[in-house]
Amino acid sequence: MSLATRTSDAEVQALARRLRSHSLRMISQARTSHIGSCLSVADILAVLYGRVMKVDPKRPAWPERDRLIMSKGHAAAITYAAVAEAGFMPKERLGEYASNGGQLYGHVTHAGVPGIEFSSGSLGHGLPVGAGMALTGKRAGAPWRVFVVMSDGECDEGSNWEAILFAGHHQLGNLTAVIDYNKIQSLDLVERTLRLEPLGDKFRAFGWSVREVDGHDVGELSSALESVPLEAGKPNAIIAHTVKGKGVSWMEGKVIWHYKPPSAEELVTALAEVEASA
Amino acid sequence: MRTAFIEALNELADEDERVCLIVGDLGYSVIEAFAQKHPNQFVNAGVSEQNMIGLAVGMALSGKVVFTYSIGNFATLRCLEQIRNDVCYHRANVKVVAVGGGLAYGNLGVTHHASEDVAIMRALPNMTVVAPGDPVEARLATRAVVEHDGPFYLRLGKAGEPVVHASVPDFALGRALMLRDGTGVTLIASGGMLATASKVATDLAAQDISVRLLSMHTVKPIDRDAVTRAATETRYIFTLEEHSIEGGLGGAVAEVVAELDPGHAPLKRIGLRPEFNKTVGDQAYLKALHGLDEASVMKTIHQTITRSYDRVS
Repeated sequence: MSLATRTSDAEVQALARRLRSHSLRMISQARTSHIGSCLSVADILAVLYGRVMKVDPKRPAWPERDRLIMSKGHAAAITYAAVAEAGFMPKERLGEYASNGGQLYGHVTHAGVPGIEFSSGSLGHGLPVGAGMALTGKRAGAPWRVFVVMSDGECDEGSNWEAILFAGHHQLGNLTAVIDYNKIQSLDLVERTLRLEPLGDKFRAFGWSVREVDGHDVGELSSALESVPLEAGKPNAIIAHTVKGKGVSWMEGKVIWHYKPPSAEELVTALAEVEASA
Repeated sequence: MRTAFIEALNELADEDERVCLIVGDLGYSVIEAFAQKHPNQFVNAGVSEQNMIGLAVGMALSGKVVFTYSIGNFATLRCLEQIRNDVCYHRANVKVVAVGGGLAYGNLGVTHHASEDVAIMRALPNMTVVAPGDPVEARLATRAVVEHDGPFYLRLGKAGEPVVHASVPDFALGRALMLRDGTGVTLIASGGMLATASKVATDLAAQDISVRLLSMHTVKPIDRDAVTRAATETRYIFTLEEHSIEGGLGGAVAEVVAELDPGHAPLKRIGLRPEFNKTVGDQAYLKALHGLDEASVMKTIHQTITRSYDRVS
């Protein structure tokens, strides 16, 4: 948000709680998947929208805005919640999520949704597009920056590594990839599917600057995201170590919550837990 | 066609700094002048077509008019989902350019034969598909696709295609060009087959067969009006394309004709058999194997029109 004063940690944490609550309600009501993926990325989006990014909800196409591409498009509920909380659309519209006749599809959709830069859902599409934006901004000497939020499982897609190679070569310091490294992909642990480690070294070998942070620590996330470019002439990889399902103890670290929507009863206890974390 | 395209693009980049070119590490001896003259409007993405399309979309969503350039299938099929989701769904101002449409890279192998690209690009929502018939059309089409916002597929031949248009035609996207009017046989050609169709039309006319010749440079959206008039004002329609007979120009014309009221002209599609080539050959050799040389096209036309009528006049 375009803010004269920096939001406090408490305000960013409160935003993260609201994003978690919105996501739980939306996914429970629509009976859709991916609550675990939403909960792991909540603090990342709260820091980006609540503190780091310069955007103006009254002018979604403001040329000088920072751009956010949600490349892990399955975390759609929380992305819509984030743009609604940022003021791009009324929060009432969140009821359209995955609902007949609405415009908020179950994967991140730009059409008819102000504040969403780019539609995703097939993994590995966001970073190349972000690199194209960043190259354009860099060539124009423009101040705006590009943030691409990715999942860990998404790093399996080869298209990302094409873009990582490109961004390193072209020294796109205005490009930041935030990896929501929650350690669980679609069927199993990342470690047991396709090992990413040493992930930071992989980015460094491609010419990126890397910061590994606790992806649920607002202070650590802010310190990394507010200081990009971390090194002159290098794109930035913020590897955010997160917990899938974070904030609802019985969802944390469990593959099932990549798929299962919380029942009405589960929603009540989940919301109570999120709200009690204040 | 390739030369006409890059010369036109160079001029457009002079006039409009939004015009950019991204190549997928191809275009030796073609793109150098553009790269030198417009370094800030040029990118070599390397051998990475998915990233090339993503970059183009990111640049287009930031205000640029972006041409991507590679060979046939690399430009299209290798990055098909990026073209569908990122270009077409976002209506990004990206112009996908493929050189070597059809069998232009004949003896390089099946990987280099672009024989289904038009069908596949034509199926994508928001996509306009243009296959210019000669270097004159290639130049006009390049300018036209910059003037029109949104996704385009520009399918070019390679080099050395003959000029068919003696003068500069009144070119408009989506409107077929009539090079000759007649009432017997209509030849509808796209891409480099326009030259063949033009010669065949001359030969048919010499045999007292009245010929209408249409250059259907825009395969999508097809000029329904021109097809309908051909089907009702002439007695036979032949489509000619260096592309599979399934889903390309022939397919597009068939879709229009099939929905007309009874009594319209029959349609014969002349194009590549929908199969992988098994024999090595250059473009001319392989085209002849598929019946796309002038003599074979003449034979196909005569066989078709004598099957039901003695002569079309």
